[in-house]
Amino acid sequence: MTQNQTFETAEPGRIPALAQELRDGGYRLVQLCAVAMPEGTELVYSFDKDFDLRNIKAYVPEGETIGSITPWFWSAFVYENEVHDLFGVSFEGSQLDYKGNFFRVSTKTPWKNTANAGKGA
Amino acid sequence: MGKRTIVPFGPQHPALPEPVHLDLELEDETVVRAIPSIGYVHRGLEKLTESRDYKDMMYVMERVCGICSFGHGWGYAGAVEGLMGVEVPERGQYLRVMFHELSRIHSHLLWLGLLADGLGFDSLFMHCWRIREKILDVFEAITGGRVILSFCEIGGVKKDLTPEMLRMVGEACDFVEDEMRKTGLVFMKDTSVRNRLCGTGVLSKEDAMSLCSVGPVARGSGVNNDIRSVSPIYKDLGFEPVLYDEGDCWSRCMVRVDEIMGSLEIVRNAIRNLPGGDVSVPVKGNPPVGEYVFRVEQPRGEAFYYVKSDGTKHLERARVRTPTNINIPAMVKTLQGCSLQDVSMLVITIDPCISCTER
Repeated sequence: MTQNQTFETAEPGRIPALAQELRDGGYRLVQLCAVAMPEGTELVYSFDKDFDLRNIKAYVPEGETIGSITPWFWSAFVYENEVHDLFGVSFEGSQLDYKGNFFRVSTKTPWKNTANAGKGA
Repeated sequence: MGKRTIVPFGPQHPALPEPVHLDLELEDETVVRAIPSIGYVHRGLEKLTESRDYKDMMYVMERVCGICSFGHGWGYAGAVEGLMGVEVPERGQYLRVMFHELSRIHSHLLWLGLLADGLGFDSLFMHCWRIREKILDVFEAITGGRVILSFCEIGGVKKDLTPEMLRMVGEACDFVEDEMRKTGLVFMKDTSVRNRLCGTGVLSKEDAMSLCSVGPVARGSGVNNDIRSVSPIYKDLGFEPVLYDEGDCWSRCMVRVDEIMGSLEIVRNAIRNLPGGDVSVPVKGNPPVGEYVFRVEQPRGEAFYYVKSDGTKHLERARVRTPTNINIPAMVKTLQGCSLQDVSMLVITIDPCISCTER
């Protein structure tokens, strides 16, 4: 049973503008997740419209930030704070920034996997 | 303007079976702002992908949640099958739908019981859980497990059902339907239930859409994003989404009551039209380089499973986005403006599953 979906790549700087475009186009934010890469983090944004899923990937090099999409999808705060707390990616212009206090985990964060290049966390 | 007070709600609270914390900013008795925080029981299950074979991860995924365990197994299996191009035999797909809908019935009955308990309606609570037991008995008889079934596997399901087992499932459906025809009426018509739920915690259709809500929370506000709507098997089995427009606690309750009846019909149709043949196909080798997303409509709403492979036996990433995760913003929104006494009722009607959220 296959489900309709596409994957595309975008520059991290374009993500806020894309979010605005998708919100205006009637898309729903499904999720945002992070994949730990050797020298940065890949973010996967998923949007849905009429059950068609559009996944947009953006690579954020270590130490760099990315614009928040909470001005257009306020519910993204749960994902952005999770990605920040567990993967160490900072989001600029967040409408609800917990400043690292959304998750309380006993393990050391951010989760990186430098020993196993490309292995996600 | 009255004096503002911050009241902590949770992580330990009688209305919460699992720990989530809310800072409720009150003006007199009215909530003006609610700030959630989670992470008390975060288990890092997704991180286990690094050290577990992709097939072993099935056992991990089934344990994301104790209530919608089957759906989590199916979601992960569906994502890996999509990545590997595995086609599950039709009989296996029908059995998956059957078990998933039985899981929905028992999850909704569990929730209805918790709601009744929150209302102080203890006899109703006990009736709901008594009815639910019938489904758990069927699970136990077929799989040996009551909540963690280990029935789904990558490639299909682990065992076929005998005619006796199918008859047992059918009889359980008859029992639940008879009981729900009486018990459902209490939720629909009882004055004490309606007084507490009707008009409480209203989430408008616009808010449900802008907050990206899913599941009964969205459908109680008239938004259909039920992924079953586009599934060919579900269409064949007569699935119709349940929608209510009021957006209040009662609507969210009635969506679940009606979905129980809908799921019973789907299970019966699946038994009636169950195709012959195998229930699974063998899956060998490692997943190819690539990524895939599979979505499952869990009892609490849409769950999202993303897998990414670099061609080895360990997936590069396995992501689960559970329905509670995305319903937290809707919970925060509906809490604004509600009375302090309604907070627990409102939180219950979202049906938060922190175990899922803190996978």
